[in-house]
Amino acid sequence: MTKKRALLAGAHFMNGDVACAEGAIAAGCRFFAGYPITPATEIAEHLSERMPEFGGIYIQMEDEIGSMAAVIGASYAGLKAMTATSGPGFSLMQENIGLAAMTETPCVIVDIMRGGPSTGQPTLPGQQDVMQAKWGSHGDYGIIALSPSSVQEMFNLTIEAFNLSETYRVPTLLMGDEIVGHMWEKVVIPPASEIETVNRKKPHVPPDKYAPFMPDDDLVPPMACFGEGYRFHATGLTHDEHGYPKTQSSEVQSKLVRRLCEKINKNEDRIVKVEEIMLEDADIAVISYGIVARSALSAVRKARETGIKAGLLRLITLWPFPEKRVKKLARKTKAIVVPEMNCGQMVREVERAAKETPVAFLSKLGEDPHRPKEILEVMRRSA
Amino acid sequence: MVQEVSHPFSSYLRSAMIPHIWCSGCGNGIVLNCFIHALEELQRDLDKLVVVSGIGCIGRTAGYANADSFHTTHGRAIAFATGVKLANPELEVVVISGDGDLFAIGGNHFIHAARRNIGVKVICANNFNYGMTGGQQGPTTPLEASTTTTPYGNIEHPFNLVHLAAAAGATYVARWTTLHVRRLTQSIKRMLQKEGFCFVEVISPCPEIFGRRNKMRTGLEMMEWFRRASSVENFSDPSKAEITSKRILVGEFVNVEKVSYERLLHEKIGQINEKKIVW
Amino acid sequence: MPERIRHAPLGNKKVKQPNAEVHIITDQCKGCGFCIKFCPKKVLEESQEINARGVHPPKILDESKCIICSFCTAVCPDFAIFVVEKPCKEERHIKHD
Repeated sequence: MTKKRALLAGAHFMNGDVACAEGAIAAGCRFFAGYPITPATEIAEHLSERMPEFGGIYIQMEDEIGSMAAVIGASYAGLKAMTATSGPGFSLMQENIGLAAMTETPCVIVDIMRGGPSTGQPTLPGQQDVMQAKWGSHGDYGIIALSPSSVQEMFNLTIEAFNLSETYRVPTLLMGDEIVGHMWEKVVIPPASEIETVNRKKPHVPPDKYAPFMPDDDLVPPMACFGEGYRFHATGLTHDEHGYPKTQSSEVQSKLVRRLCEKINKNEDRIVKVEEIMLEDADIAVISYGIVARSALSAVRKARETGIKAGLLRLITLWPFPEKRVKKLARKTKAIVVPEMNCGQMVREVERAAKETPVAFLSKLGEDPHRPKEILEVMRRSA
Repeated sequence: MVQEVSHPFSSYLRSAMIPHIWCSGCGNGIVLNCFIHALEELQRDLDKLVVVSGIGCIGRTAGYANADSFHTTHGRAIAFATGVKLANPELEVVVISGDGDLFAIGGNHFIHAARRNIGVKVICANNFNYGMTGGQQGPTTPLEASTTTTPYGNIEHPFNLVHLAAAAGATYVARWTTLHVRRLTQSIKRMLQKEGFCFVEVISPCPEIFGRRNKMRTGLEMMEWFRRASSVENFSDPSKAEITSKRILVGEFVNVEKVSYERLLHEKIGQINEKKIVW
Repeated sequence: MPERIRHAPLGNKKVKQPNAEVHIITDQCKGCGFCIKFCPKKVLEESQEINARGVHPPKILDESKCIICSFCTAVCPDFAIFVVEKPCKEERHIKHD
């Protein structure tokens, strides 16, 4: 089997879905299970062609529930695994995303957001799943979600998503949208030597001493895989360090669930990525993410031209929410503007962190993201 | 009488998890016993075995087998197992779950895994109801049976699981009751030596939950029903194997050879790579 | 499965007398009674004792009747009973028609 085509280093012109698929390959993903859904289908199509070229596995499952289950299975069998979907499929996956969180399964779920609820607008963009990303499955758990704004970022952040999921043993979500998914842009794929990839840490004790859910100091347990001789058990039930069900113990429940949350929250500084543009002296800050951030950047530049001291905080990490950055920003700005393609989701987090600083929300639903002048108008009013 | 603490199968069980949670007279322990017996006779390497279960009483089986094991969400054991088998085809992946898990909430995964002929081996303990939640009607509950959600008698026609499995494309299909321990063990052995998707249904007593509402208050009474009603007929027509109170047709129904999904996949990967190299 | 029941003794002039040792792990028993009921030689009966789980485990009525079919081992849901074959002390001649 040749592996020479696994990484297509060089400059390419491709769409965001394909860039995401290539990012997965570059990250070392060797298992993809999915189900056709607009606007994420191109990821599956591309991987169905690419995966066999270097021995990777592509399977089209019977639904998104099965896709997510197969991804968890493949990850436990030792492969880096991914699925990709859009809103309706993302809803179907939620129970098993919770299973992945509970069993601390490294895996990546790509949600190319379209307009919802329900079947909604399959071919149009939205940012309506970002709260679902955090709270979609029942119970409390930590999760990581990233938001790409460009086709290049679809590539880069897919790698980042794999690295984070392998580091923290947590399902990691790439929350794209229909525009970044379908838009064609230049993508530069660096040579393998310049791509950093992370693999889950393996047990450092022999099988008879191994407890699959005994965390190290970073709160993340080393992970054995099936067939390696560790003979361990994993369950979605509340379990102790050995993976054995302890469903009647409040102590075990509290210890486990708090750790699942804390391993993400306590590592916030290491996980969170934002882009800060012209914020040094900004009176007004726009906080934005995904495709909308590109409109917001244009609006900020226009504002600067008209003398408004504006800046942009682009959230690359949505979850864990970059609370410290937003708090810091809120302390030194007079107003914050949050444009989103939903009825007000991340703005709630911003308001919570901003405390006294006024936050203006600009909602947009339907075909296009906000136009720069619409954002500029709100900035003017807030200034 | 000699007191002995070590059962010959104890090394196949996860000692920290035993005793199991199952009621007196429940057949799940017999299913586990026969499964282990088959592994022992085949001298299978437990390091290369993955036991996957769904939710329900029998779902706890994964935790009891001293192998790699995973207890999935309700109905998703086969989909999870599909991922495991494809990611590492050298592993023996066995799904042990119940009728509600595999055929109601998980029915879609079952038929598609059978259609693809993925090399996952499925053992279904069929106890005719949802035992763990207190005995509700399920996809195999016989007509007129009383359950906590069919207090006036069940009016839903049950699945004939062996017919369903055969129609969906399983390469091996058998049905036994927990009384047919030897033939069940042999069937599991045969299944473990086959390549594609295989299915063994085990009619299993649930006296505490199903039996007591249906005039069979003990495991013995349910086993007596199996003895009275069952007749062994190998390779008979699975479409005529509906279970009634008078007749439980058991035996092997299907045993055919068909190339597995994972073999086709890896052959395909080989072909694709040859082509690429020629370029 | 014990070696002896895999091979039919037909044609053999001599058959070894099974010499069974029935082991009951009393406190593991949940008292379903399957082993007692389905023993073809009625080797077992219900004990009057109550075990750690509050049920009557089986006790051995007559170990010498055991033919080591091991049905009890196979049908026990609780891994609470098993039979081993002790070394043979004597050989018994049987007649074939």
